[in-house]
Amino acid sequence: MSKIHVTTTVNGDPAEFLATPGMTLLDALRDELGLTGAKEGCGSGDCGACSVIVDGRLVCSCLMLAAEAEGQRVETIEGMAQNGQLHPLQQKFLEHAALQCGFCTPGLLMGAKALLDSNPDPTETEARYFLAGNLCRCTGYDKVIRAVLDAAAELRQERTPA
Amino acid sequence: MSQLAYLAPSSPEEAAKALAASGARPLSGGTDLLVQLRSGRTSPSLIVDLKRIAGAVGIREEAGGFVIGASTSGAVLGEHAGLLRAWPGVVEGANLIGSTQVQGRASLAGNLCNASPAADGVPALVAARATCVIVGPNGRREAPVESIPAGPGKTSLAPGEFILEFRLPARPPRASDAYLRLTPRTEMDIAVAGAGVNLVLHEDGTVAEAHVALGAVAPTVLHVEAAGAALVGTRLEDEALAALAAAAQAACKPISDKRGTAEYRTRIAGVLARRAAVIAYQRAGGQR
Repeated sequence: MSKIHVTTTVNGDPAEFLATPGMTLLDALRDELGLTGAKEGCGSGDCGACSVIVDGRLVCSCLMLAAEAEGQRVETIEGMAQNGQLHPLQQKFLEHAALQCGFCTPGLLMGAKALLDSNPDPTETEARYFLAGNLCRCTGYDKVIRAVLDAAAELRQERTPA
Repeated sequence: MSQLAYLAPSSPEEAAKALAASGARPLSGGTDLLVQLRSGRTSPSLIVDLKRIAGAVGIREEAGGFVIGASTSGAVLGEHAGLLRAWPGVVEGANLIGSTQVQGRASLAGNLCNASPAADGVPALVAARATCVIVGPNGRREAPVESIPAGPGKTSLAPGEFILEFRLPARPPRASDAYLRLTPRTEMDIAVAGAGVNLVLHEDGTVAEAHVALGAVAPTVLHVEAAGAALVGTRLEDEALAALAAAAQAACKPISDKRGTAEYRTRIAGVLARRAAVIAYQRAGGQR
């Protein structure tokens, strides 16, 4: 089977890999690039565990072919902490105990990041609708939403000049 | 297992040529195709990614109307202020498809050509009298949106044909539209029934032109001319809305399944048509 050479940017760094034509972006991230943060939950776009941001859009990486990522910017959970410093969303997930098994967490964090990138001051309802495509089967959603809104408040404060 | 190949042509002609081969499938957002690939429901020999064709992604205004690239994602549609002002119903239908993640990829052409009777993106397009520009091995043709679905999972497109763009007509003053659907959950669900209504008003607030389209109540989307006719010349008085609902219900021929019985779907289609008409009327500046 002939493989496709794909050139992308992953978390700000150039990345190249070989993909089979039917390979999903999720499989390329996990198996070719060793980025195992994005998870496969359902493989059909229902659960959001594989969420990554491609050219600024939140997508399910299981619903995208790796070949489609040619020339695009891919952001994954591995790029969220900067220089060993957790992103405020990650910190707030810990503080609010917004995870138990953690399988949905990378996807929820990428979803929450996409939300706050486009809407720094979401209402609880907006946050719940935006994240409706991220399923969690053990923690539930209240702690997650509290963590997201708390992180949003902190990020807004960081942006306000003292 | 047959060998799969992937192609991302940059010209529509090249895409049509590739799609004419047996076993070729077009790819837009992929939110249906990748699920089918994985489940084994389809096993194509070639995937033709249409998103690298000029004009396949994006929205432009032309002659007072809009041209929407067939592979444009729902997220992009929802962020276009001009489209949202002129065709809020078309945008709200497209934006009801799936989650934020799905909105980042899913397209109107994919929703139309997947040919689910319950496709949320389609009724408002039909009510809008939108057309599609189709490219195929024999060149281009333009066809009304409602001529594309031929039954559940089936389209009228010939081998090699694909939709390049949608065209929405110019908007006169005092015109608007709306789409409503019923789902058991508020998010991430499939319509039990859906209704799109597109209205143009006279200066005195009476309806000059009305189009009503229903989803999930027949094998394909329905353009119910009698339902639109029931509104023309009225200000959406209660009797007019009752006539609209009756005409809409008379056109329904739904199935019964786990989402709803045929009787329930029929009843709900009338309710949704009535409510969508009132929203479209208010958006067009009408006062009841």
